[in-house]
Amino acid sequence: MERKKSKKKTAVCVLLSVVIILVVLYLLQRLLMPKYMSGVLEGAMVSEYYDEEKDHDVIFIGDCELYENISPVVLWEEYGINSYIRGTAQQLIWQSYYLMEETFTYEKPDVVVFNVLSMQYNEPQRETYNRMTLDGMKWSKSKIGSINASMTEEENFLDYVFPLLRYHSRWSELTGEDFQYFWNREKVTHNGYYMRVDVLPAENVPDGRVLADYQFGDNAYYYLDKMVELCEENDVELVLVKAPSLVPYWYDEWEAQMEDYAKEHDLKYYNFLELIDEVGLDFNTDTYDAGLHLNLSGAEKMAHYFGRVLAEDCGLENRRGEEDLERAWEKKRQAYDAEIARQQEALAAGEPVK
Amino acid sequence: MLFTSYEFILFLLIVFILYYVVPKKLQWPLLLVASYVFYFFSGPENLLYILFTTVSTYLIVGRIQKSKDIQEAYLKEHKKEMSREERKAYKEVGKKKQWKWLLLVLILNIGMLAVIKYTNFTIHNINGVLELFGSDQQLSFLDIALPMGISFYVFQTMGYAIDVYRGKYRAENNPFKLALFVSFFPQLIQGPISRFDDLAKSLYEPHRFDSRTVAFGLQRILWGFFKKLVIADRLLVAVNTIIGDTETYRGAWVFVGMMFYALELYADFTGGIDITIGVAEALGIKVTENFIRPYFSKNIKEYWNRWHITMGSWFTDYIFYPISVCQPMLKLSRFSRKHLGEKVGKRITVWLSCFVVWFATGIWHGASWNFIVWGLANCFVILVSQELEPLYRKFHSRFHVDGTFGWRLFSVARTVLLMSCLRTFDCYRDVPLTFRMFGTMFTDFNWGELFNGSLMGLGMTLADYGVVIVGFFLLLGVSLAQRKGSVRERIAARPYPLRFVIWFGLFLLVILWGTYGIGYDASQFIYNQF
Repeated sequence: MERKKSKKKTAVCVLLSVVIILVVLYLLQRLLMPKYMSGVLEGAMVSEYYDEEKDHDVIFIGDCELYENISPVVLWEEYGINSYIRGTAQQLIWQSYYLMEETFTYEKPDVVVFNVLSMQYNEPQRETYNRMTLDGMKWSKSKIGSINASMTEEENFLDYVFPLLRYHSRWSELTGEDFQYFWNREKVTHNGYYMRVDVLPAENVPDGRVLADYQFGDNAYYYLDKMVELCEENDVELVLVKAPSLVPYWYDEWEAQMEDYAKEHDLKYYNFLELIDEVGLDFNTDTYDAGLHLNLSGAEKMAHYFGRVLAEDCGLENRRGEEDLERAWEKKRQAYDAEIARQQEALAAGEPVK
Repeated sequence: MLFTSYEFILFLLIVFILYYVVPKKLQWPLLLVASYVFYFFSGPENLLYILFTTVSTYLIVGRIQKSKDIQEAYLKEHKKEMSREERKAYKEVGKKKQWKWLLLVLILNIGMLAVIKYTNFTIHNINGVLELFGSDQQLSFLDIALPMGISFYVFQTMGYAIDVYRGKYRAENNPFKLALFVSFFPQLIQGPISRFDDLAKSLYEPHRFDSRTVAFGLQRILWGFFKKLVIADRLLVAVNTIIGDTETYRGAWVFVGMMFYALELYADFTGGIDITIGVAEALGIKVTENFIRPYFSKNIKEYWNRWHITMGSWFTDYIFYPISVCQPMLKLSRFSRKHLGEKVGKRITVWLSCFVVWFATGIWHGASWNFIVWGLANCFVILVSQELEPLYRKFHSRFHVDGTFGWRLFSVARTVLLMSCLRTFDCYRDVPLTFRMFGTMFTDFNWGELFNGSLMGLGMTLADYGVVIVGFFLLLGVSLAQRKGSVRERIAARPYPLRFVIWFGLFLLVILWGTYGIGYDASQFIYNQF
């Protein structure tokens, strides 16, 4: 009887210890992971998608040239297109592919728009950017694939499984933000769109430096092929775009390769650098960082133009009038306006808008 | 595969599980396989060297044993027919034969070590001499990488060969068991240099799972991780900054670097040994302790009896004693006593043996003059302390300081400082630079420059310094507590909640404060290079 009691006691102790260990480690991990609520916000973008109602007509997938250059609010209001941007900083093409694959497990949009700038990268680049894309993804086959495809030599898969191992040294850098956003984070985007209202004109944009090789890499093509296949399998139209960012430089040789690829695979491809006048962009007023990204004015012009393309060329229907969507977008519009007002106030006060 | 890598932890987990799951008679073969897998990860080509040592030792030491057995059987059979002198002469013949075999195995293995480790050092010196004489001829360096742990396993195996020759124990009949003794993975990286009679029994015998033993092993591993990851690797950055810029970091900085290095080396080496012993313990295997709180030593001789004990005892047993009693040394002893008097004469051979041992110790640590000078400097300090011993005793009794707390504290501090000074030879590029930098402590010393914010320029933040200070006091506290017996035993006697808080707390400190992952360079254990 005594022995039985002692065994029971040991089992309870072990169980309790395991629970305490797991809870403490989980809480520590939550505390130490960057929250991306100020300064660099890009790390908080990917996870916002999961809170969305998954009924989009268009999903934009790509890097900052998408999430800063087109306004989904305008797409909705002017064309009744329900869109979302799954964008992250320096999103590499394999990350785009896996984000697309993951998206298709949630929903099947009519169109996926992919920005082709990331074709220039054939190898994993920087851990910091990998983290901003991968940490926010929910665990799935796609996340595992994306991690394996993205890791640089210094990285380790285990650090993604247990981010505490990656961020353990942040204990000395913790700020109030880490405690404030311990459980919940605020939204930093508007359906994936990262807004900036300030202006920094593009002056003296340099030509691109001469490259030793202009050929896109095999790995980049491999994932672009996979994207084409995946879209075909899921009956989703893939549209390729090159956003109207002046920097990084988009070479003619790159353009030729993309045009050939689009032609060969019967894909729509729009290079907005060649449509700047049609869009009505003015790089004296429509960029906040001298031509790298568009500001709110530029992003709205882009949405105004591209919405028509999507509606006319891709045949997307105007969904205005759908009650649920109207309600959801009304809320989004309010948040959008509030952010515009906040940034304009900050600007007026001479403070940074971020 | 670094001890502190994820790969090693995963490897360990698999070995632990398999070890306690397989039938007990398969436990040691499993360890052999695991050891070779572990070694394979250090570079497949390295397996050739360890196989060479194992096979050559097995075959040759087997011949020694066979010769001994034949000799013994013959003597037993002819006991009555042979006179004492005849038996002695017969034994002598056998001994000579065995000696030749021993010499062969020593030449093969120490020779292999010497070629790999010292060829480029020799070429470097020859080139230096050629340059000195104005020759523009230079010898090319060989492209040889030092296989992991070669100094440790060669010494351990040669100790085994000598012991068999001396008749301390019988040679191992099973080549695979011998292979395990040579390659047992936890001690491959940095020792300890185990003796066959200490390790073999627990290495080959079956072990059943015992939660207490396993827990103790894991606790020791955790403590090793704390020392290595929290303290040693954090200080490494500052030490490298100081010794890497000899123009900026002079005077007081040399002193800071010296003291940081003393702590780093201690935490690094003892941490590594804690992991080694902990891993073995969790497998039910007892490995010899290599440290007994060396920084509590009151003199340098005591220090060397408490630091890297297995290396010290190896040199004593296999170099110091044989040299002291060899024929030429005995002749020299007689000669010196006759010509220099009894007092000085009898010390000459001790001094000479000491010199040889410390020269060997120095060069064993690394193929460079720094290590040779470091070894000889240790020899010098030990001999001077020894010779001045009567003077010290007089001083102690005159001022009644012996045994007082203050004097003990002073003696400990003096030893730590002295050892730290000698360790500067580990740090700087060459001997002249070491002396020059050491000299700046007396010519350019300025405390003020340490407190003008420059400490933050060593690659450590304020938080890092805080961690090192906490780590230091934790080390000190544990070392003080160890004087009264095993700390783990005492913790184990406490109620479960307290035990849980202590060990989980230590685990969290390693997780949070450890220098690992992105942003930190995975650092090899310092003794790995020897």
